[in-house]
Amino acid sequence: MIQYINTGNKDTRSGFGAGLAELGRTNPKVVALCADLTGSLKMDSFAKEHPERFFQSGIAEANMIGVAAGLAISGYIPFAGTFANFATARVYDQIRQSVCYSNTNVKIAASHAGITLGEDGATHQTMEDIGLMRMLPGMTVINPCDYNQTKAATIAAAAYTGPVYLRFGRPSVPNFTPDNQQFEIGKALHLNSGTQVSIIATGHLVWEAIQATEMLENMGISVDLLNIHTIKPLDEAAILASVSKTGRLVCAEEHLIAGGLGEAIAGLLVRNNPVPMRFVAVNDLFGQSGKPAQLMQAYGLDADHIVRAVKELL
Amino acid sequence: MLTTYTLEQIASQVRRDIIRMVTGAASGHPGGSLSSTDIMTCLFFKEMNIVPEKWQRSGVNSDMFFLSAGHISPVLYSILARRGYFPVSELGSFRLFGSRLQGHPSVRKGLPGVNQAAGSLGQGLSVAIGAALGKKLNGDTNRIFVLLGDGESEEGQVWEAAASAVHHKVDNLIAMTDWNGQQIDGTTEEVQSLGDLTAKWQAFGWEVIVAEGHSFTSIEEAFAIANNLLGKGKPVMILFKTEMGHGVDFMAGTCKWHGKNPSQEQCEQALSQLQETIGDY
Repeated sequence: MIQYINTGNKDTRSGFGAGLAELGRTNPKVVALCADLTGSLKMDSFAKEHPERFFQSGIAEANMIGVAAGLAISGYIPFAGTFANFATARVYDQIRQSVCYSNTNVKIAASHAGITLGEDGATHQTMEDIGLMRMLPGMTVINPCDYNQTKAATIAAAAYTGPVYLRFGRPSVPNFTPDNQQFEIGKALHLNSGTQVSIIATGHLVWEAIQATEMLENMGISVDLLNIHTIKPLDEAAILASVSKTGRLVCAEEHLIAGGLGEAIAGLLVRNNPVPMRFVAVNDLFGQSGKPAQLMQAYGLDADHIVRAVKELL
Repeated sequence: MLTTYTLEQIASQVRRDIIRMVTGAASGHPGGSLSSTDIMTCLFFKEMNIVPEKWQRSGVNSDMFFLSAGHISPVLYSILARRGYFPVSELGSFRLFGSRLQGHPSVRKGLPGVNQAAGSLGQGLSVAIGAALGKKLNGDTNRIFVLLGDGESEEGQVWEAAASAVHHKVDNLIAMTDWNGQQIDGTTEEVQSLGDLTAKWQAFGWEVIVAEGHSFTSIEEAFAIANNLLGKGKPVMILFKTEMGHGVDFMAGTCKWHGKNPSQEQCEQALSQLQETIGDY
């Protein structure tokens, strides 16, 4: 398979911060809001360089979403940032009415998504957010896999007109995608060609899926691997093309099974080409405190579990 | 505004429209629509710098109005139509399938004059603050107006927004409360007491004006005072004391007509109390 080289671990939230800082310098219409987590979201460069375009919103997320909607009506491109749980569940109705139903050009920047938030535990670890955001008519849902891709996704989100949910995380993870990549919303990335099984991964699970693919290929199992960075709209053509070659599929994501990428793909397959499928995701559980890697292992979200799921299908 | 009608005459016609719309749709919210009719009439026909034919959602180079209490859509639609945003004849489509006049305001049907959806309560002030900040960034000196219900002010987001507007010195914003003292389940005192609403807004750091919401003299005076307070680092709230269902005797001063349509007979009875001035749609 193609070798993917980790150029050094970095957090995806810093990719967002770098993308936002670049946007600040290149697009005067970009504004940012943050609910008392500017450092955690890596929005400090933007805030420092453009204080007139940065709105500290305090611990008042509902208001922040509404203010962002108002700024969007006035022609600005607001990025409203907080932890993923507070950026979705806490403000669901505000996003529903003031952003999606009103079709305001708001970008929800959601950091610390998933179980890899780690030590803070279940109150802060959302694994429901993709489902919540996917359900909203008109919402675009993006979950990039590493620092470089998150930076590119941030810049692409600003160029796109319409509500966007941009999901990223806290821990340092391998940075392996090109630093000059073009990010096309809604376009899957084909990471490896194979014939026996499709592995489709998103976010932090993409690197784990690459590791799993290497392990499987060493065992003589041919893997077709896709990185789905845009969960909605889903690149249906790429997924269907992959399963038409392989006839079986494993989906890996740092999310609950309910509402996640896997269920979106399962729906697609049922309508078009039903094939056996396994979910590497969390089944109806809250998280808990722990180290990110420890939690990924304990909740079945690592390369070993992807390999195990593939073997079940063969 | 150049008009051959007085504000009283316009308000009377708007009240007729409200009654006829909710009767025609056999649903809708007449009570709060009637209590805010005089405020809305004065705002759109006298106070705001607007050119309906050139309306854009972005509100560039004009005043902007946000309705936060979206259920009083009948008064908004009547006012917008009477002011020339869209044909008056369209009022007859209120709440019907396919209509631009959705039960609660929507931007999805392309209705001129509606900047933002409302209906789920408590969100409009936040959006208005965002638009006001946008105006400042754009160097646009026009104003933002937003109308809240008093019952709506039980929503926590209203108070998040209240603090935010002061923190960000949003001094190009005039918020208004239709203080009619009624909500669905009863009086605001019975349902969840608002306490001293004036002191609450003052405590959050707002400039607060209390005015009579059914006297055009009082309403105009309140706007004049508000305008003098703008540009001085603080947002302004006008608490308009109003009467739920004002203008129709059997609807006045009670929560019973918050979200209930009159029968045909009750409609006739209501219309007999409201002079047809400009002409029914």
